[in-house]
Amino acid sequence: MLEDLSHHILDIAENGVNAGADAISIELDDGNEYIRLTITDNGRGMDEATARAVVDPFYTTRTERRVGLGLPFLKQLAELCAGKFLLSSAPGAGTTVSASFSKLSVDTPPAGDIPSTLLALLIGHGHVSWKYVQKYGGREFLLDSDELKEALGGGQPFADPVLALGVKEYIAENIGELYT
Amino acid sequence: MTEEKKKIRSLDDLRKIKEKTGDLTSARSEQDKVKIIIGMGTCGIAAGAREIMNAVLKELEVRNLHNVAVETTGCIGMCQNEPLLDVIRPGEPRITYCAVTPPDVSRIVSEHVVNGRIVQDKLFGRAD
Repeated sequence: MLEDLSHHILDIAENGVNAGADAISIELDDGNEYIRLTITDNGRGMDEATARAVVDPFYTTRTERRVGLGLPFLKQLAELCAGKFLLSSAPGAGTTVSASFSKLSVDTPPAGDIPSTLLALLIGHGHVSWKYVQKYGGREFLLDSDELKEALGGGQPFADPVLALGVKEYIAENIGELYT
Repeated sequence: MTEEKKKIRSLDDLRKIKEKTGDLTSARSEQDKVKIIIGMGTCGIAAGAREIMNAVLKELEVRNLHNVAVETTGCIGMCQNEPLLDVIRPGEPRITYCAVTPPDVSRIVSEHVVNGRIVQDKLFGRAD
């Protein structure tokens, strides 16, 4: 239902926001054999029992919608693609979700529209310090939302359509550059 | 629009855009702005909310509308009606549109955001 990695990133990153994080980093390491995705937040974290339960699609707590179906879907996808899924978390210590996907697997999804995902996160949660790193072929692109805000004059610049589309183009150009 | 558009590659390129648009955006206070809010929970994302957000930004840019703020919200429990898009004009009630597609966005912006006329056939909760 979530067709590529960029949709998963948007979904999983929202979990961090809902857990009260004010700093979230996302790394997409496009390696030779595996694509590795790591999302780390400094939110409230989970105890061991909860961390184990959230990857079960039948785990539902209607009152506390900490996690929807997002994590089980990502876990299932990584395992389908001969990769690994790892979730580490502790109360008060944030959460790290990592998933890898073998490039040899036909089921490994494309990265998808990363610029749109990042823009949606910047627009939706401008108060969070976002860091995004994409690595490929020994090069990397780093996006730092605090730097972006500073360049755009502070406040919530991403709400303005012209600036938002400018940021999207900036991200797309720099990611494209990695692959040239 | 005949001049060749320079690609935006660096933070400095972004600073230049900010300089150009700066006085337009700061001229209006938050209360005077029309708000467009897009549902971006798991359900919204799966239904194409991110593409709706792109369509909204594009439409606002094309129409050169600077008095509109774009925001997102999480799941509000009406997952089967996603993508949901709300419009709030200053001093008017919040209007929710459902099952929004990119072509609907241009109608909602021109009819409702600009002219204040609600797009009846996309209104949430209508039986037909």
